Formats: sequence, C-alpha cells, structure tokens
Amino acid sequence: MAQAAQKTNTDYILSVNNIEVVYSEVILVLRGLSLNVQRGKITALLGANGAGKSTTLKAISGLLNTEDGEVSRGSINFEGQNIAGTSPDKVVRKGVFQVMEGRGIVQDMTLLENLKLGAFTRKNFNMNEEIEKVFHFFPRLKERSITGGAAGYLSGGEQQMLAIGRALMAKPKLILMDEPSMGLSPLLVKEVFGIIKRMNDELGISILLVEQNATMALNAADFGYIMENGKIVLDGTAEELKNNEDVKEFYLGGGGDERKSFKNIKSFKRRKRWL
Amino acid sequence: MNWDLLFQLLINGVIVGLLYGVVAMCFVLIYKSTQVVNFAQGEFLLLGAWVCLYFLVEYELPFWIGFLLTMGFMAVFGIVVQMLILRPLIGEPIISIIMVTIGFSSFMQSLMSWIFGNSAVSYPKIFEVEVVNIGGLNVETAYLMSIAMSVAIMIIFFLFFRYSRFGLAMRATAYNQQIAQSLGISIKHVFMMAWAISAVVSAVAGIIIGMVSAVSTALSFIGIKVFPAVIVGGMDSIVGGVVGGVIIGVLENLAEFVDGQYLHIGNMYQIAPFYILIVILMIKPYGLFGTPDIERV
Ligand SMILES: Nc1ncnc2c1ncn2[C@@H]1O[C@H](COP(=O)(O)OP(=O)(O)OP(=O)(O)O)[C@@H](O)[C@H]1O
Ligand SMILES: [Mg+2]
Repeated sequence: MAQAAQKTNTDYILSVNNIEVVYSEVILVLRGLSLNVQRGKITALLGANGAGKSTTLKAISGLLNTEDGEVSRGSINFEGQNIAGTSPDKVVRKGVFQVMEGRGIVQDMTLLENLKLGAFTRKNFNMNEEIEKVFHFFPRLKERSITGGAAGYLSGGEQQMLAIGRALMAKPKLILMDEPSMGLSPLLVKEVFGIIKRMNDELGISILLVEQNATMALNAADFGYIMENGKIVLDGTAEELKNNEDVKEFYLGGGGDERKSFKNIKSFKRRKRWL
Repeated sequence: MNWDLLFQLLINGVIVGLLYGVVAMCFVLIYKSTQVVNFAQGEFLLLGAWVCLYFLVEYELPFWIGFLLTMGFMAVFGIVVQMLILRPLIGEPIISIIMVTIGFSSFMQSLMSWIFGNSAVSYPKIFEVEVVNIGGLNVETAYLMSIAMSVAIMIIFFLFFRYSRFGLAMRATAYNQQIAQSLGISIKHVFMMAWAISAVVSAVAGIIIGMVSAVSTALSFIGIKVFPAVIVGGMDSIVGGVVGGVIIGVLENLAEFVDGQYLHIGNMYQIAPFYILIVILMIKPYGLFGTPDIERV
C-alpha cells in the first residue's frame, strides 16, 4: 500500500521507466533500467566502469542521439512529460542540464564566455547578475575570470567548477552530473561536493549524480541506486546503502576490481558521430 | 623601376586582398562550423552580384533597396542550400561532401550563364563623384567603398563572434558539436545560420567587385582564389583567412608587376598564388594560423 503510494508520488521530478538503450542499432547497453529523482533532492547513481551510468544520463538529456544511440523501449518522464528521444537543445529548454563527463568546457573560449554560453537558452535576464550568482558558489572562478585567458588553461578542478557553474547559468530544474570527482585531488573533491550540496540546499535544484566515488556520493546524496550491466540492482536511501554489506564489499573489496576488468574486455568507446 | 605602377599595384593588391579575405572568412565560417569544404563559394558571390544587378536594372530600385533585397534573398538561398543539399549528407565522408559542393558549383555556373548570360555587365553608376582626392592622390570612390566595406565586414564578424549570443554558440559548435548541444544550442540552427551568413557576406563581396569592375562569370573564379588564401591562413582560422587574403592579393599584383616589367611570361598573377601556397605549405603544413588537430583535405 505504502509502496504503491510512493510509486505514483508526484514529487518525482524525473522518473525513468524500464528503458532500453541501443547504440548503432545493435549494441544493447541499458536493459530495462528504472529510477526516480525526487524533487529538490540529490540522487546518486553508482556503478562500475561500463555499467551504463553515462548512457543513462545521455538518454535523459537527449545527447544519446549525438552518438547514434536510441531509447528503444520505455519512457522518461520529466515533470509528467515523456522526453525520451527529445533533442538535447529542447531538453535543456525544459530545464534539464547535463554536466558531461570530462567537463565539456569549450577550451578555446574564456571562462566568462563559457559561463555566458550556459545561459544560451534563457531570455530576459541580467547576464552580470547571473554570473555573480555563480561566483557566489565558486569564488575561485571569480579570481580566475579576471585574467581572461582560454579556459583550457584552467586547472582540472577549476574546469570542473566552471562546468558546474555553467550549468547554473541555465537555471535548470534538474542537473545531471557525470562524475564530478573525476581527476580531482581528494581535497578538491570534497570542496566540489560541498558546493554541489549547497547548490541543492540554497537553490533547490534537483540533482542526479553519477559517481565512481561511492563514499563521497552517498555522503552528499539523499537516495541512491546501484547499477550493473545496464540495470539497477539495488536502491535505497543513502544511509541504507552506506551500511549495506554488498555495497561495502563491492566498493571496498577486491570484487569490484575483478568485475571492472571483466567488463573492460567488452568495453569500447565509439568516438563522436553526431546528428 | 616604375614606382608609380608598383605603388598602384600594391594598393590594388590590398583592395582585392581584403575582398579575398572577406570571401575567405565566409569559407572558413562554413568549414569551421559545419565541416563542409564549400567549392561553390565563388558561385555564391557571383549569384549575389547578379541578383543585385537584376534588382537595380530590371526594377530600377534605388541601390540600398536592391542591396537589402539581395541580402534577404541570399540568406534564404544559403539556408535552402544547407537544408536541401548538405543536411542529408551529414555524417558522410568528407570526400563525398566535396564532390557534392563541386557538382553544385558547376550546376550554379551553368544555371547563372543560362539566366544572366555570359557577357560582362556593369553596375549602373552609383556614386555621384567617381574620384576623390585624398592628400594629392586620386582614388576612385568605388575603391574606397570597397576598402570600407571589407573592413566593416571584418569588424562586424569580430564583434559578432566575440560578443553576440549566436556568435558564441557558433564558436562552441565549431569547437565540439556535442558540447554545444549539451548547452542547449541547436546544431541545425547553427548550420543554417553559418550558410546564411556565408552566402550573404559573399554576396556583398560580389556586389562590391561588380561595382568596381563588372559582373561576369569570371567573378566565380574568386572562389578558387580563396583556397590559397584560406590554406595560407590556416583552414580553421578566420583571422588567418583575412591575412591570407591580403597576402594573396598583394602577391598576385607583385607577380603582375614583376612579370610585366621584367619576365614577360604573361598571366603570372593567376598562378603565382598557387606557387606561394605550395611553398607555405612546405614550411607550415597547417597554414600560418591553423591548428594541427584539424582534419585536412
Ligand atoms: N557511443 C557508443 N557506441 C557504442 N557503445 C557505447 C557508446 N557509448 C558507450 N558505449 C558502451 O556502453 C557501455 C556503457 O557505457 P557508459 O559510458 O554508459 O558507462 P559508464 O557506466 O558511464 O562507465 P564509466 O564509469 O567508465 O564512465 C560500455 O560498454 C560502452 O562501451
Ligand atoms: Mg561514464
């Protein structure tokens, strides 16, 4: 009874229902994946390399069609509308913004130009005010913006901050964040996660957070999913997952590594082919 | 040594070179944002010149009205070409796309010969004063206008790409289409806009050349001249296109000078740019301003 009520809860800003994703019409990567993101909360999506985490985010943001991928079954409901298969620019306009794995900074443009691009889809706003709002969360970016060089010369951490700040410029309702901790020092990871948490608190933005760094992610998140092989295998509140024996073993013991290498045999990345 | 002639030819070189630079920018714009090598760029220029002339002569419209109508026509034309001819080819190998633009350039050539004829036609007189005196030097008004327009177009390009929302979007698309899309930029719109801008600006160059000399099929040859300019400057650099254009324009005229005064080979000015091209590519394979990670053709 209680469970049924939860399933139809309108407080899910996003619900992904039993989706299947294929690349190049033959490579089946997601095999009936379902997950929900609660409005105003941080939801973590964890899993080993090649589990299909980035694919899940791309299915939601529509970036899948830039890689010859397709949602071949199921639905993705954002605020009650099925957005599966919608082109990425329209998805951004609806209020979903993906911070891509590897940050997706336009390296040959300046920090400020990158920020301005974040607001590409917005109308009637004050650019300087919005940039100041981003600097409120990332004072470090403000410092670096003064010199005005190409964003490609920023450090990895600064680029990650820029990518997140750029997402804020779009004023999204939901941010899809793909491995923000990638390539950052432990100290910086902590700083970045602190900021993500504050963004969620202060601005009420819902966040779907994909991570390899399970400890950090579960500390920041309210709810979590664990995926394996294109499916969710476990879900629960962040507390539950942190205390779950399987999760502990999977992420702390040697078992995880074995699976990773097994997965890597099949793992290949096709390079960009869009439109 | 005939200094007056040399000086005159150098000035010519700069004037023509700036126009090459404008057309080169149009070419680079399409190449950068849509990865298409447009062999029909010269035909765009010629089409603009013919259409404007048609408005002025057939309808006897005032120059500025005819000019603006031509701009509107060319914008639509650029978009239609992109949508009908190039959009279906997205993802095809670059060589197929090149073949298509070469084919399209021949098609446009023939179509324009058929519609507008093969003889050179002059623009009606547009300026009241044909020659102005600047510091003792007599300069044709048309030349001044040519320089002013070329420089103005370059400044507008610069401001557009530096400050405007769509300019930034086009740069992001040129950098990485997936990243651009993740920011909410519609690649379709960027592609259409690149072709529209390129067609419009090429047409302006065509009209200027038509006014300075005359309109004839030969104008489309500039589309080929632009290759050395673009390659010298670096395929992916808009600034490079401008610099390359001026270099080619000046060299062409210097070659003409050397040939006329000393060598007497004839037609040197037409081939000299291509020799220069070979030399520069041997020294700097990616052009003067190009970046090495760009795929070359
Ligand atoms: N464009 C593509 N074409 C074909 N297969 C792809 C494509 N992108 C990803 N895949 C495959 O889909 C599977 C899942 O990839 P995905 O990038 O979603 O994994 P991930 O969970 O994000 O992994 P990681 O932690 O390494 O980022 C992998 O086996 C990968 O090889
Ligand atoms: Mg990934």
